Amino acid sequence: MSAPEPRRLAPPQLTQTSASGIDVPVRVGPEAADASRIGAPGTYPFTRGIFADGYRGRLWTIRQYSGFGTAEESNERYRFLLQQGQTGLSVALDLPTQCGYDPIDPMARPEIGKVGVSLSNLSEAEILFRGIDLSAISTSFTINGTAAIVYAMYLAVADKLGVPREKLTGTIQNDILKEYVARGTWIFPVRPSMRLIADTILYSNDATPRFNPISIAGAHVRDAGATAVEEMAYTLANGLAYVEELKRRGGDVEKFAKRLSFFFYVHMDFFDEVAKFRAGRRLWARLMKERYGATDPKAQHFRFGVVCGGSSLVAAQPYNNIVRVAVETMAAVMGGAQSIFTCAFDEAFQIPTEFSAEIAVRTQQMIAYESGIARSVDPLGGSYFVEQHTDRMEAAIEAVMREIDEYGGVIKAIEDGWLQMRLAERALERKTRVDTGETVIVGQNHFRREDQRNEVGEVFHLDPNAANRVLEKYQRVLDTRDAAAVEKSLSRLARAAADDGENLMPYLVDCCHAYATVGEMVSTLKKQWGEFQEPVHL
Amino acid sequence: MKATTQESAPLRGKRIVVAKPGLDGHDIGAKVIALALRDAGAEVIYTGLRKSPTHIARVAVDEGVDAVGLSILSGSHRELVRQVVDELRRLDAGDIKVFVGGTIPADDVEALQRLGVRGVYTSEQPLAEVVRNLARELG
Repeated sequence: MSAPEPRRLAPPQLTQTSASGIDVPVRVGPEAADASRIGAPGTYPFTRGIFADGYRGRLWTIRQYSGFGTAEESNERYRFLLQQGQTGLSVALDLPTQCGYDPIDPMARPEIGKVGVSLSNLSEAEILFRGIDLSAISTSFTINGTAAIVYAMYLAVADKLGVPREKLTGTIQNDILKEYVARGTWIFPVRPSMRLIADTILYSNDATPRFNPISIAGAHVRDAGATAVEEMAYTLANGLAYVEELKRRGGDVEKFAKRLSFFFYVHMDFFDEVAKFRAGRRLWARLMKERYGATDPKAQHFRFGVVCGGSSLVAAQPYNNIVRVAVETMAAVMGGAQSIFTCAFDEAFQIPTEFSAEIAVRTQQMIAYESGIARSVDPLGGSYFVEQHTDRMEAAIEAVMREIDEYGGVIKAIEDGWLQMRLAERALERKTRVDTGETVIVGQNHFRREDQRNEVGEVFHLDPNAANRVLEKYQRVLDTRDAAAVEKSLSRLARAAADDGENLMPYLVDCCHAYATVGEMVSTLKKQWGEFQEPVHL
Repeated sequence: MKATTQESAPLRGKRIVVAKPGLDGHDIGAKVIALALRDAGAEVIYTGLRKSPTHIARVAVDEGVDAVGLSILSGSHRELVRQVVDELRRLDAGDIKVFVGGTIPADDVEALQRLGVRGVYTSEQPLAEVVRNLARELG
């Protein structure tokens, strides 16, 4: 690798616009804040939070995204994190599981266990959750293309462990729209994917009423290059697309809207982040109430989790990332997040070690219990600047949502590749601003030492034999399961998929109980629905 | 697209495939590079997601390109790059130069270079440097 050439940039200046391009006055007075739009915490329009007692009633969930290699190794890491005081699990799945390939598939082979744990069938789920009480812990799965299948597997493993389904808490991400735009683990075309998502939500509302069957996520478009304003706008637009689909399927907004949840990135512009969450919460409540007539406050609530770090973390002087994550976590708390995932300082370039993962958990605990900032709900509420910035962010978010509407809605924008192209252009702009030094990244493009070394100390190494063990276990399941039961469950699934009026969830749960594999279930559905054809024009 | 003078178009006349091998869905880096190479005068063919090494090598040969850029953020770069390089050789196209971008730990750069990779770039590399390096390598 050719070493980056030393750059001599002019010293940075404080700019008058935020990272999202919002004008930031040097002084803001009382005339800037419209008190009538703010309201009280726990009261519509929820600018100041969805709970009157903020974090005093209940602290946010400390939920670290984790998983790698085999189910055995990941189970061990989960138990470590729970011992350190983590309060929820967040399962990272490997790409074959996310894209619907069994480990034996040639496309899967190089990716087994790399970015998450391999979970190809129920027997792996049984290992993954061994010794963990699923009735006492909430489990979040970052899963989209195969979300319905992984959710079915979670139900099946709970059945096996004797945990009543209605006791299950947790979240499946299950937001396919942003996969087409930024994260890439789509499988089926947009429309059958929307059906599958409605199936999971409608089924979950009855079977697992405490479970979040979707986490509408702006995080990935943000990390790819969208501004905080665009992140919120795309997410709310996607959220509305799901609401429309659920209504079309006969869903009751008062019921399903209570279980919609959201997920965002927090990057470094502190007040953009705080204002983004306050504005998003207010906007969503208004949309649910005024556009869809939701009267139950819980159906107006904008509940969200966040991840701090991501592309705001860099390999240059990696220990600086600990500070970045601390600042971002404070913004998440000031914004009223319900769950927080703090990236480890080395997460920009490797799977975190136990050492770095522990610092990330400790960061949240220090902010929660040492800093005191969580004591009073929405402590920035009423600040002239924060209220003005919230208003301005809200207006900017609405403007982007209108642009999408004018184009013809998110689904058309995605099918045409319009949103993808817009994001690529935005990413190029962001990269160019970093290259020129206009956007400051301390230790990378400014304040860089000539003799700088970027070593992090401990390097995480995946066990090189993990893939072989996964393949051996997979073969053993194929050899020992009841082949006729698998065949029967898959053919029933195929018939149900052909009928748009059927909810596929019970069929998928049956397939999981029969030890049908993720790859087999996906192939069955692909035969019926085909695959998404990615628009690749640039 | 920017006007292409010799000064601003160091890659004029070059044809480059930008590809996403394997299952990794993070394509924004690949798209940013594709746009930057195009701005630098190159003709860019972007494959889209989830392409097999065999497919990528075949596209490179069919399109008669000068270089293949592989974007990999999933940690599978060693296996996937080896497969693409082997496949190019098998198709008697070992002269097509291979570049890699993504989340590549510093410890792995040497191994990729041993496979014949001419440049390894991470997201922190300025685009102008990437373009300069490519222009030099592609002569």
